[in-house]
Amino acid sequence: MIAEFGFGVLVVSFIVTMYSGIAAVYGAMNKSAALVESARRAQLLTFPLLTLSSLVLIYLLVNNRFDVAFAYEVTSRSMPTYLKVTAWWGGQAGSLLFWSWLLAVFTSAVTLRKWDRDIEFLPWVILVSSITLTFFLGMIVFFENPFTRFWLVNGSVAPSMFAPSAAATVFTPADGQGLNPLLRHPGMVIHPPMLYLGFVAYVIPFAFAIAALATGRTDDRWTRITRRWSLWAWLFLSFGLVLGGRWAYDVLGWGGYWGWDPVEIAAFMPWLTGTAFLHSVMIQEKRGMLKQWNMILIILTYALVIFGTFLTRSGVLSSVHAFANSPIGPFFMGFVTLTLVSSVALLIWRWPLLQSETEMKSMLSREALFLLNNLLFMSILVVCFWGVIYPLISELATGQKVTVGPPYYERATGPLFAGLLFLMAVAPLSAWGHSTLQTLGRAIWKSSAAAAVVTVFLTITYTQNIYALVGFFLVALVLFATGHEFWRGATARQKAQGENFFTALANLMGRNRRRYGGYIIHISMALMAIGILGIEIFQKETQGTLAAGEELNIAGYTIQYRELASWNSPGEGVNYTRAVVDVYENGVYLGQLAPRVDYYYDAQQNMTIPGQRSTLRDDLYILLVDWQPVSSISATFKIYVNPLVNWLWIGSILFLFGVIFAAWPDKDPADEPVRHRAVRDNRQASAAD
Amino acid sequence: MKKFLFILTLTLVLAGLFTATTVFAQGGVTDDEVNAIAKQLYCPVCENTPLDVCPTEACRQWRELIRLQLSEGMTEAQIKQYFVDNYGARVLAEPPRTGLHWLIYILPPIFILGGAFILFNSFRAWTKPQSVEAGTGGESGAASSSPERDEYVARFEEELKKRK
Repeated sequence: MIAEFGFGVLVVSFIVTMYSGIAAVYGAMNKSAALVESARRAQLLTFPLLTLSSLVLIYLLVNNRFDVAFAYEVTSRSMPTYLKVTAWWGGQAGSLLFWSWLLAVFTSAVTLRKWDRDIEFLPWVILVSSITLTFFLGMIVFFENPFTRFWLVNGSVAPSMFAPSAAATVFTPADGQGLNPLLRHPGMVIHPPMLYLGFVAYVIPFAFAIAALATGRTDDRWTRITRRWSLWAWLFLSFGLVLGGRWAYDVLGWGGYWGWDPVEIAAFMPWLTGTAFLHSVMIQEKRGMLKQWNMILIILTYALVIFGTFLTRSGVLSSVHAFANSPIGPFFMGFVTLTLVSSVALLIWRWPLLQSETEMKSMLSREALFLLNNLLFMSILVVCFWGVIYPLISELATGQKVTVGPPYYERATGPLFAGLLFLMAVAPLSAWGHSTLQTLGRAIWKSSAAAAVVTVFLTITYTQNIYALVGFFLVALVLFATGHEFWRGATARQKAQGENFFTALANLMGRNRRRYGGYIIHISMALMAIGILGIEIFQKETQGTLAAGEELNIAGYTIQYRELASWNSPGEGVNYTRAVVDVYENGVYLGQLAPRVDYYYDAQQNMTIPGQRSTLRDDLYILLVDWQPVSSISATFKIYVNPLVNWLWIGSILFLFGVIFAAWPDKDPADEPVRHRAVRDNRQASAAD
Repeated sequence: MKKFLFILTLTLVLAGLFTATTVFAQGGVTDDEVNAIAKQLYCPVCENTPLDVCPTEACRQWRELIRLQLSEGMTEAQIKQYFVDNYGARVLAEPPRTGLHWLIYILPPIFILGGAFILFNSFRAWTKPQSVEAGTGGESGAASSSPERDEYVARFEEELKKRK
């Protein structure tokens, strides 16, 4: 009964959402404030409705209701309660409901804002949100219903929402299949919600962009309203990507964090356009330029969000046949196409209204360098998009499946990422409007000289690999140039205000959150680049089978196998096999590591947990690959030494701090009077430049 | 009978020697040598998983096959070709550079160069009027400025003189 109730609420949500969209557009066309208000309230109602439906699903998951197909697929009796709750997004049907619930949260939040000055946007924002939510709820109600139950009909079990016949009885399996063990890692528990938060949050800036196009109000108002939405969406998406990387590093057992897998790239593509948008929208705000381009970027970001969800949910990545057989694949494809075509049509219609207010004066101005940055981001996007869809094209055209793996992506994106690092160092030093080679050269020569000294030092002491040295030079350039900007700003303020250096620095940053938050993000990116260079260029690995007491040597480390134990934990439904090895470095004993393999009986699947020793210099990463089950005499180990990889995680943490610093809400700039804002912006711009 | 026993014994000894040689040769191939090739190949069954790290039983057997092939003296190229012949081009980390597959390598650079060309042309179009303006407004351009502008400057200077 409770499952039927959950489904019923879902159906009501679907109807209410559809009504909301229809009422909004009808109200806008007929200038009926009452209808628009009704649409707004309907939109607000989706949040409690979908919360209720989600709570019902969580109740079913937590209470071992294995008669519900989704609960059977993603939970089992041995799973702890918190994992049963997070199993909500552990399978297709539940994750689509989770996506919809998040969208309801965001659209409700946005409809609760003060609309006095932007009331003309309201119906169109509701319409876009409603269309998106209606689509996802439609997928759930008609194809991927998480409340479907098992029924026993003439001796066979069939999943159905309602009894297929009068004689059918509910069938309840004794236990569920349990969540995929790989998804039980803490990183994976948080990773999908973060990605989804990022995905869903981008719907809001897109909705405002469409509202701006529909109403013809194409000034920078929509970008100002959505500035923080974009930043938070970017934060969540970035955090989701980083968590995914950490999860891969911890549980996938291949000593890396990023494998250029299509699923990873599906989440990376909207991040690329989102990052390009974050930069180019500043040009619109500061210079009134690139209005058309910003529209294109936000439309692309939304399309890629839906496309990414489609890639991971439709089975299209397995093969085009799986896609054709998937109930939701063709609908997803249709929705992506429809929204993209209609958005572009709207953009073309309003194209003349989106002319730049000023012209580009110099190829070295900050706006010009930001545009170059956009070109690089778009180039990486093209490489990624083409790499993801090419296997499908090959299969369709020739019937031959191909793999597009890391060598393609690394070769193509390496120089582009290097270009981005260079721009990260140079662009903040250029002025809005006009810069020359002389002014830029004066601003950067000290940082360049310092970076060159660091590179020479590394050439002598660390490596002669040319790619690594170019990478380290660029990283050093970003760090010195950005550090110099902090120092320059703080000392200028110190002189002007008579404050001590640290107070001046704190005040400087506090009053220019966006700018200095951006600088922190640049520094964090440079730190992450150190980790990426380390693992990509200097990673070492070896594998060997050892009897107790035998050793393996790699990069100055000696690993001596001591013992292995295997035991069952019936309460958890897991068999643990754990090896113990002694670790020495150049003959000095460092301690023990214990790589292990956990076998989950319910899912009949292994999870490989590495033994890790992490320092700022490198990570010693040991995997238990194989062993002799009875005698435990020998075991096979795979050992990686991943130099500098921890800078990737340190950079990631700093990155989160930088984004939160930049996006932290003080006073909503959208609420400020225009005159004050203009004065403040001019003051900030002149102080900053 | 003696002749038969001799031949049988010889056969067994040779077979034994051959087997021992094979085992010794296989034993001589290290895991690292196997993985060096396996990591360039993708599991023919699983999606996007390199063969050296794929945990499935099928992949374990394929790794053992590579070990055997190495022990038999096959080169890296021959082993890769064997897998391509038996399981298709999808076992390679990248599509082979033949026929339609050239598209994967050619299209992105074309697009990127096209984007750069458009951007460069846009820059030129944007900066052109500005440079003309800069030329007329600069010191060297003052002499060749338009009569309207001269008139404006003259009026402006006169106003300034009056204020003094």
